Amino acid sequence: MVNLTINGIAVQAPPGTLVIDAAKKAGIEIPAFCYYEGYSLQAACRMCLVEVEKMPKLQTACTLPVGEGMVVRTEAAAVVKARKTTLEFLLTNHPLDCPVCDKGGECELQDMVFRYGAGESRFTELKHHVDEKQWSPVVFYDAPRCILCYRCVRVCDEGMGVGALGVVNRGVLSEIAPSHGDHLECDECGACIDICPVGALTSGTYRYQTRPWEMQHVGTTCTFCADGCKTTLGIRNEKIVRGNNRDQSGINGEFLCVKGRYAFDFQEHPGRLTAPLMRINGKLEEVSWSKALAAVAAKFSEVKSRGGQFGVIGSTKTSNEENFFLQKFARQGLGTANIDHRRSGDIVTLIDALAGKTDALGSVQDAYLMKASLVVGTDLAQEHPLLAFQLRANFRHHDSHTYTVAAGPVREDSYSVAQVRAAAGEEMAGVESLRDRLAKEPELLVLFGASVKGEALRKLVAFVGSLGIAKVKYICLMDYSNSRGAMDMGLLPDLGPGYKPVSAAGLALPDMMASTGLDVLWIVGANPLARHELKSTGAFVVVQEMFLTETAARADVVLPASSAYEKGGTVTSGTGEVQRLHSAAKTMGAKPDLEIMGLIAKEMKLNLGIWANANVFEEIRREVRGYNIPLPTIATGQAVQTSPLNGRVAVASRPDLIQPAGNTLFTSGSLGKYSKKLTSVMEYPGALYKPQY
Amino acid sequence: MTFSPELEKRIEKLLASYPSNRRKSALIPMLMYAQDETGYVTRELVEEVARRIGIPPVQVDEVVTFYTMLWRKPRGKYHVQVCTNISCLLTGGEELYEHTCKKLGLGHRETAADGVFSLEEVECMGACSWAPAVQINYDFYHHVTPEKLDQLIDDLKKVH
Repeated sequence: MVNLTINGIAVQAPPGTLVIDAAKKAGIEIPAFCYYEGYSLQAACRMCLVEVEKMPKLQTACTLPVGEGMVVRTEAAAVVKARKTTLEFLLTNHPLDCPVCDKGGECELQDMVFRYGAGESRFTELKHHVDEKQWSPVVFYDAPRCILCYRCVRVCDEGMGVGALGVVNRGVLSEIAPSHGDHLECDECGACIDICPVGALTSGTYRYQTRPWEMQHVGTTCTFCADGCKTTLGIRNEKIVRGNNRDQSGINGEFLCVKGRYAFDFQEHPGRLTAPLMRINGKLEEVSWSKALAAVAAKFSEVKSRGGQFGVIGSTKTSNEENFFLQKFARQGLGTANIDHRRSGDIVTLIDALAGKTDALGSVQDAYLMKASLVVGTDLAQEHPLLAFQLRANFRHHDSHTYTVAAGPVREDSYSVAQVRAAAGEEMAGVESLRDRLAKEPELLVLFGASVKGEALRKLVAFVGSLGIAKVKYICLMDYSNSRGAMDMGLLPDLGPGYKPVSAAGLALPDMMASTGLDVLWIVGANPLARHELKSTGAFVVVQEMFLTETAARADVVLPASSAYEKGGTVTSGTGEVQRLHSAAKTMGAKPDLEIMGLIAKEMKLNLGIWANANVFEEIRREVRGYNIPLPTIATGQAVQTSPLNGRVAVASRPDLIQPAGNTLFTSGSLGKYSKKLTSVMEYPGALYKPQY
Repeated sequence: MTFSPELEKRIEKLLASYPSNRRKSALIPMLMYAQDETGYVTRELVEEVARRIGIPPVQVDEVVTFYTMLWRKPRGKYHVQVCTNISCLLTGGEELYEHTCKKLGLGHRETAADGVFSLEEVECMGACSWAPAVQINYDFYHHVTPEKLDQLIDDLKKVH
């Protein structure tokens, strides 16, 4: 440890620590704009100048490593004066349009000038003005506000691996420029906007909508992919106006992709259903909730009493509570085992193959910490942007080794130690070709996509197991926000909650669709009719849905459901991390799926327990292994990883039922198309892959 | 975008002279050579150089917009550069520059409509001992007087 003194306080720090970080640990703030933890050092803004004894000039604390016996003063007269003049310089051409600037109220420049700045400027020259530019549907740039801290340039190049931003011109004319002349060809993730300390980069969804202090901030879990990013939704007048991860908490820290940051607008799409629909004389017509619920309950009771066939299809986007309650409703309330959902990853085989091993399921944190990663059969940057971000950060900070075995070019190619091309389903040969190199790794995280399933997955686990690596973890990649939760909660015809086998297996999803004997098909938040034909033409179809999808259009009763941003509960990410949902907005007329199911149960006079999130979750905690998690942790917006089972799964997995959606960064099954922002951004497939150096 | 065989050869040699992970170093010479052939740095050239070096085009833009010797608009066949830094200034560089402006009818960083001449007022070109100095393309002219300059330009006009 290195001993130094900062402002008279004795501080100890490991060698190599920067003075700015050492001071922060000691509770001393050194102001800075360009310094940003985790990215390369820039020393561009000169705000962090400090006085160091025996050094002739003021030093930038953001690039100065601690030294033994160093005496640092952060509030010396020379430092105070330097900060004042630095800010005066930064404001030379700054328009000071704080009253109309999006950033006003949460602007770092504003805060710094308030705290350290001079009351007046000595500059009397005309300010250099450049008009605002739009680079994409979601990114706007206002050059005069820019203080050229290079944060956006670095987060795009280093953090995202895209490198779509740069600084052009020089001197007073310097400004940030997008990748292709006048427009951006990039991920449109908005990380540059989030990281901008001033209002230079603004977001197409949020700009000029509100003042930051007029919003309520609701931290919830993104409802798009299975990475389970925490997103903080900014609400004004009950309308979601912004998505970011304001406090950088949760498993994703500062990261969000285009979906998490902008695609929340599906919630207010004009196509949202706001009243129950019932088929009257062959046409769907709006009816009251009581009429719709009574009709559903009457039909359910009638079919149940005469021993008719039910089919129940659950969702990969509804909460754990809803999924648990749905399977309970189906099994106990309706007495059917025909329950399934659309599977997108072979977690069943993975759990079975890992029987007896503990701590073998990888988390989002592991992607950042494990010394080596093997990415098989997936394009992470497209399908799992958070995990891709974590792997890149791991490489940047820890020089981790990444091996890719995939069909096409993937973004990991630019830094991975080995790139093997293998067609989907034939990855195993590629993995085996890496045997010698993999065997030398002390730790390995294996991330595999949906093409690795069934026997191929068993082979992969056996192969990696045979390498003798001390610590191996696996991540089974899945499609949607609660794909994993749907599995864990037992939305399966042959497995109940916690992968416990049921006495008599029911029909799987395609079998239900192909069956001609269904009397009732109950679909909660899924759209199977987009891909399957319903052979039971006479079946009474009940659909709980946000939009009039292909499935809802065929229904006899459609019950309008709330979106994930309009309800509470928990979801489980693909890596098995349980997080809370928090209600951020409301859609008039729609109800959360749990409430809808509860009301149907009530109407049918079934006793399935209290249909409140807290009560159902208590039941999950008792029933499902691994879900007995500390409630305060998830209540405070953090994630807890579950391990649902440690032992053999009694039934054979059905790899044929795994049907991934193959989403890209800009699509998300049937939900993404309802987001105006997500559909407005241009996709440049080539731009997703940085050429190799 | 295609280059002449000579330029291709030059670029090949250039790229080979850096380690494979330091190919970015070839950026400036590559742009200079290419500019001599294409006259100026076109958008097409930026994308081409970016592709060959393996960096995003914006990183080429950063360099192109920083250095004044890289032109983003057409330059004349004869690019006249007059130094007005201290040594040349003391020996009549300023007057020489003004004279050149009048002679060519051009201002700083302007190109004649017929594309024969362009003019630039430049900073020190390291020819202080022979001030005032003028550079036309890659050739230096020393102890230049307005008369000598007139002669020079008239000769070039004839050659052209």
